[in-house]
Amino acid sequence: MTEVIASATAADAADFASIDREQWLHMYEQMSKIRAFEENANELYLSRKMPGLTHLYIGEEAVAVGVCEALRRDDYITSTHRGHGHCVAKGAKLDRMFAELLGKEAGYCRGKGGSMHIADQETGNLGANAIVGGSSGIATGAALSIKLRNSDQVAVCFFGDGAMGQGLFYEVANMAQLWQLPVIYVCENNQYGEYTRQQEAGAGTLVGRAQAFGIHAIEVDGQDIRQVFLTMRELVERARRGEGPAFLVCNTYRFMGHHVGDVNREYYRSKAEETYWRTERDPLQQLAGWMVEQGLAEAELFDQIDTSVRNEVTAAVEFALNAPYPALEEVDQHVYA
Amino acid sequence: MSTPNTNGSSTTGQNSGQNSRIITFGEAIKEAIAEEMRRDSRVFIIGEDVAEAGTPFKVLLGLVDEFGKHRVIDSPISEAGVAGIGVGAAITGMRPIVDIMFGDFTTLTMDQMVNQAAKTHYMSGGKLKVPMVLRTTMGATRRSAAQHSQSLHVWLSHIPGLKVVVPATPYDAKGLWKTAIRDDNPIAIFEDKMMYTLKGPVPEGDYTIPFGVADIKRVGTDITLVGTSSMVHIALEAAEKLAELGISAEVVDPRTTVPLDKQALIESAKKTSRAIVIDEGYEQYGATAEIASVIADGAFYYLDAPVKRMGAMNVPIPFSPVLEDLTVPTAEKVIEMAKTLCGRV
Repeated sequence: MTEVIASATAADAADFASIDREQWLHMYEQMSKIRAFEENANELYLSRKMPGLTHLYIGEEAVAVGVCEALRRDDYITSTHRGHGHCVAKGAKLDRMFAELLGKEAGYCRGKGGSMHIADQETGNLGANAIVGGSSGIATGAALSIKLRNSDQVAVCFFGDGAMGQGLFYEVANMAQLWQLPVIYVCENNQYGEYTRQQEAGAGTLVGRAQAFGIHAIEVDGQDIRQVFLTMRELVERARRGEGPAFLVCNTYRFMGHHVGDVNREYYRSKAEETYWRTERDPLQQLAGWMVEQGLAEAELFDQIDTSVRNEVTAAVEFALNAPYPALEEVDQHVYA
Repeated sequence: MSTPNTNGSSTTGQNSGQNSRIITFGEAIKEAIAEEMRRDSRVFIIGEDVAEAGTPFKVLLGLVDEFGKHRVIDSPISEAGVAGIGVGAAITGMRPIVDIMFGDFTTLTMDQMVNQAAKTHYMSGGKLKVPMVLRTTMGATRRSAAQHSQSLHVWLSHIPGLKVVVPATPYDAKGLWKTAIRDDNPIAIFEDKMMYTLKGPVPEGDYTIPFGVADIKRVGTDITLVGTSSMVHIALEAAEKLAELGISAEVVDPRTTVPLDKQALIESAKKTSRAIVIDEGYEQYGATAEIASVIADGAFYYLDAPVKRMGAMNVPIPFSPVLEDLTVPTAEKVIEMAKTLCGRV
């Protein structure tokens, strides 16, 4: 297991108490939505109703929600091939997301992008990216644009530990720090780049990569949404004040395989390891457990939220299944603006 | 014929109007960029040594003085990074010009151009736009060897979603540049570095040249010479000498490889019944192949000879001048081929 380093600025109990109950509940609901969305996406794939392939975010929900909860609607994110969670967390509608996954015209990209390319400019989502690390330039460019326009937005770049093997990041992180751009690089260290352990693919530390440029870098337990959110809130305020970029490593775990077809995984990670994360480190259970323990909510409330979310997701799936495909004339539309 | 300028009886597009001056290709480019930067505060330039240095070719000299370092941004030597930053800035409301010093270095930007810039509009179902211009160079014979001499415009011409501009004259450069900056798509402009000092008439003030409209640089009846970028001048030189031999050559300049003015190419070949396509990219799988196939397909029943093509020799470009000169199309080679096609050998 990756050691979770509690950062100097990581939130303590007093900080947690400063957030009101409704906001924690909202974060739980968002995580629950992602969980239910992904379980349904998996089911759609397994029942052959969904074409292509998809990469599920189950287990990593606290990262997307904790990060996006600290953002405004007009802040930008760039996302990854494992991007449904980011999309939901930034405020996308589930019915249009499912429609996109099924290649339907009602989808966010008229069915032309699919699971790995959902973009929703209304919520500031500049798009998921199926080139690993491919969006770090886009996020940094968005941050330069923010600075040139004298806006107080911020740009967030989500990427995984695997993306740290890509050179583009180092080029743009260098410029972000040189020019003090309002970009926050969020490294979701789910510990595996596809089927290879992070330690086998990366020398040194993840935060060290950013620290080499003098970028403010911090590492948190990505299963603990309280830490992710409060740390992110600080980094966002910092960026809005013009104090430059930051690098946030969230240590997390994908409960499922690399993609929906990655079912037999024992050659690269043990069942015991998976069981540990599922039972001991589930981000939804962690938040719910803490709220119950603090007397902020009864356990039944979370069941009610889950049920209500599941109903919403079921309706969204139905919508997508019944939605029409794009007209064939669409095939060569939108090649050029 | 489809020629956009109306300031003269010739169809070459190069006639000077009342408000024209003779300026260089490089000056025309800078003038276009400066005028567009005055016109639209969203336009900015980013790249290696674009500010005080004005690039090694000095084309952008002085822009930083007028527009400041926040709009003429010196970047580290990070081609992929600046291309990616360009894409992100373009998606979020700016209109960046990304300067890549040598066309050979565009290889470093390929993921950003091919997988990001070119596909963003389509993948987003038409919601996101990438109005950026990638500015770079092409052209050999500068004795710069294999990594500073290539003409790689066809790499980007292969990718749907990108437009590719190859201006041949100062007049075209200014008008095409303005169109590029105002276009809502990712554009790549390849400037032949050997043409920066080439002089020609350029109107003062605003005019644009639409993409996908070829220009007939010289009217002829016996053979069509299609040339791109500096090969237009090779074709014109050949045409001049062919005229002395009694062969009337028409010189067609597509000006943009994407979109390609297929109709103009086909119409010219139908008229002359013979065609040679000349482009400085490598001959194998080159722009010449695409253009020749357009002509062969569209003018087949009118042709008296196979469509021939001349590109750069399929070798890494050598340093030694005696070797390098062998690798590029020349007027002499064009003349020889034209004479053969016209049965004059």
